[in-house]
Amino acid sequence: MTNKTPDIVIVGGGNAALCAAITAAEAGARVLILEGAPKEYRGGNSRHTRNFRCMHDGPLSVLTGSYGEDEYYNDLLLVTKGNTDENLARIAIRGSQESQPWMEAHGVRFQPSLSGTLSLSRTNAFFLGGGKALVNAYYRTAAALGVEVLYDAHVNHLELEGDRITRVDFTQHGTAHSLTPRAVVVASGGFQGNIERLVAAWGPEAENFLIRGTPYNRGDVLFDLLDQGVQSIGDPTQCHAVAIDGRAPKFDGGIVTRLDCVPFSVVVNTHGQRFYNEGEDVWPKRYAIWGRLVAAQDDQVAYSIIDSKSRDLFMPSVFPPVTADTIPELAVKLGLEPDAVAATIAEFNAACQNGDFKPTELDGVATEGLDPPKTNWARPIVDPPFYGYSLRPGVTFTYLGFKVDAQAQVQGATGPVQNLWAAGETMAGSILGQGYLAGFGMTIGTVFGRIAGKEAAAYVH
Amino acid sequence: MSIEQTPQAFETLNPIDEARRQIEICNACRYCEGYCAVFPAITKQKTFGDGDISQLANLCHNCRGCYYACQYTEPHEFALNLPGVLAQVRQDSWQDHAWPRGAGQAFHRSGVAIACAVIVGFMALLLAVQAIGSAGGDGFYATLSHNAMVAIFVPAFLFPVLSIGISLRRYWAHIGGQKVTLGALTQAFGDAARLKNLSGGHGEGCNFEDEDRFTHLRRIGHQLTMWGFLLCFAATSTATVMHYVFDLPAPYDLLSLPKLLGITGGVLLTLGTAKLAWLKPKGDRSLGDTRVWGGEMAFILLLFVVAVTGLVLYAATGTAAVPLLLALHLGTVLAFFLLMPFSKMVHGFYRLAALVRDAQQK
Repeated sequence: MTNKTPDIVIVGGGNAALCAAITAAEAGARVLILEGAPKEYRGGNSRHTRNFRCMHDGPLSVLTGSYGEDEYYNDLLLVTKGNTDENLARIAIRGSQESQPWMEAHGVRFQPSLSGTLSLSRTNAFFLGGGKALVNAYYRTAAALGVEVLYDAHVNHLELEGDRITRVDFTQHGTAHSLTPRAVVVASGGFQGNIERLVAAWGPEAENFLIRGTPYNRGDVLFDLLDQGVQSIGDPTQCHAVAIDGRAPKFDGGIVTRLDCVPFSVVVNTHGQRFYNEGEDVWPKRYAIWGRLVAAQDDQVAYSIIDSKSRDLFMPSVFPPVTADTIPELAVKLGLEPDAVAATIAEFNAACQNGDFKPTELDGVATEGLDPPKTNWARPIVDPPFYGYSLRPGVTFTYLGFKVDAQAQVQGATGPVQNLWAAGETMAGSILGQGYLAGFGMTIGTVFGRIAGKEAAAYVH
Repeated sequence: MSIEQTPQAFETLNPIDEARRQIEICNACRYCEGYCAVFPAITKQKTFGDGDISQLANLCHNCRGCYYACQYTEPHEFALNLPGVLAQVRQDSWQDHAWPRGAGQAFHRSGVAIACAVIVGFMALLLAVQAIGSAGGDGFYATLSHNAMVAIFVPAFLFPVLSIGISLRRYWAHIGGQKVTLGALTQAFGDAARLKNLSGGHGEGCNFEDEDRFTHLRRIGHQLTMWGFLLCFAATSTATVMHYVFDLPAPYDLLSLPKLLGITGGVLLTLGTAKLAWLKPKGDRSLGDTRVWGGEMAFILLLFVVAVTGLVLYAATGTAAVPLLLALHLGTVLAFFLLMPFSKMVHGFYRLAALVRDAQQK
């Protein structure tokens, strides 16, 4: 435990928390980070990230060309369908350009975009070594500035009296502690790590969801404050989910559990039936909707089936595919009814038309007379060996969060809470009302983390 | 299929299979692509044969950057420790391809074995000094004749050359190496000379002595050692040429080429090995091959003793300590050369081969 009461307690230990801590410490504040995870798992979902979506008027560090504010905002409007707060969104976007050199100055190292992600080389700056390397660099920088960190520190209550937080309660290694800092920054993410809360929000299907990120984002502080009348934003029943390898770990599977095979495949449910157009759009754009589609199937599972023609068209999977020389044999190995799957594949194959197959663009090679259709990359599944992957919804984050203003200050029932700020996933619902834009979570965390740190430090001085 | 069906119980896998398991996870992630040559090499393939794994293992310089950046290290169930498992595969590849096969495994693993080899070398030289002695030569030849030194050290030099040559041929076939071009050689030697793969990708060095902190300490220690050793080797080579080609036998002046190269090399080698020996206990042992920690440490100390005794011997020129010091120095040199194919020293040859192969595959 620390000897002195800190000026500022930061709840959480990921990117936003660290940006806030570093900024506040540089402004002279005594800062304590309460990280719920053990040291090995510190960093929340930031440890699974890999890039930062960054506005830039001209070439900047590893970023090529330019990516202006309006283009960036327009990209955000496309994924959120307008479900955003324009003022906060533009603060995040504009702040990203100035944050990139700040990140470098505080130890983060960048590299040109990773292989297989060329489409992002202009818009996204990739972290050398990924998000955990970024988190490590920030912890080093913070330590050099005198920021203290407690790991395994589970904050369970912030006492809200009037318009102030007067006490922070947490437990560490089974012992309860209380602190009375002058200001608090909450940067502890969403609640997807708590399956009971996910079930309460989504329904019993959520039992079968996989959580792609940290198990430590349990929403304890979020719900604790919402229960005390703090204003929320974002749909509490919604989470962002993608379709990932069904064999992935329950928690923390991260990037390697993604499966990019869907556009080249036929996807069936547990009854061996197709349920959606696998070739609707290029994969990064369609990736996100498949989480929802699979969540709507019985047992929240689906199966993507390809043949040997498509084996090398997508990034390698972390688990080898289930392999068989015939479709019925593959179905049996996948635990499916062989006749049903064989009939579905036969019907699909019969509906395929000749065309000029182009794996990297919408090629218009479509089925005819099939319901649902497959409108691109529809090639018959006929060349053994056949490969099958199970798909399950993998939750990346939840949308429910704190309502904040342009200073990242948390809004209470009757106005701002004077000494409480929020940053990162826990307030991102204001900006990302739905959908997701690659690298934007880190942008929100960095920009609003820095704002929260600056405002909190100014308050305590 | 259920979500509980995740791959576990990989503790039972042999190092090659365990490395394959880990590399396939790396290939699906790729976050470490910027650190070193290993990861770009991984992304060129989807399946990995045993030779591919050996190649990647010898390409790995154990900078440990990937370990500290990895989201899948323990306690994560994927339990990645790529530097650790590649160190094991690398070590096994040296032992499996060694000629004579199976020889000298103890020297890799045991510091005591290396110490015994040094003592035997020292005793042999001491006996030689007493039994043969001088044939009336000057300088060190007053203690042990030139012909006796040649008779001892020519075989002690040719044996490791032959042994390592045979080993490398076997290894090259194992990893599927092709005809070596000048371009590939140039690139490989350039990478080795700069130790590019310990730069961390960002030029800030590697992670070793303080978890994820990047420093150049190990790179500097290694470069001092390597260049110091090469200078010492150049000093001996120069002296050999001067002796046989120009009929200029030792002893040499301080300002002669052999002495300038030798003293500079000896100082660099002393500093480099001292730095490496000081660093080694600070690193996390489990990120290397724990089976050979003692052997590696003893090898560094052997090099240190070679360097220090060489310098002391020169400083003691003309004193009564020379016979004993000469036996000590030449004894350690003898042990060093004879152990070359069976000690950490062999890594340099395999690493160069791996760099050449990597250049071929680019």
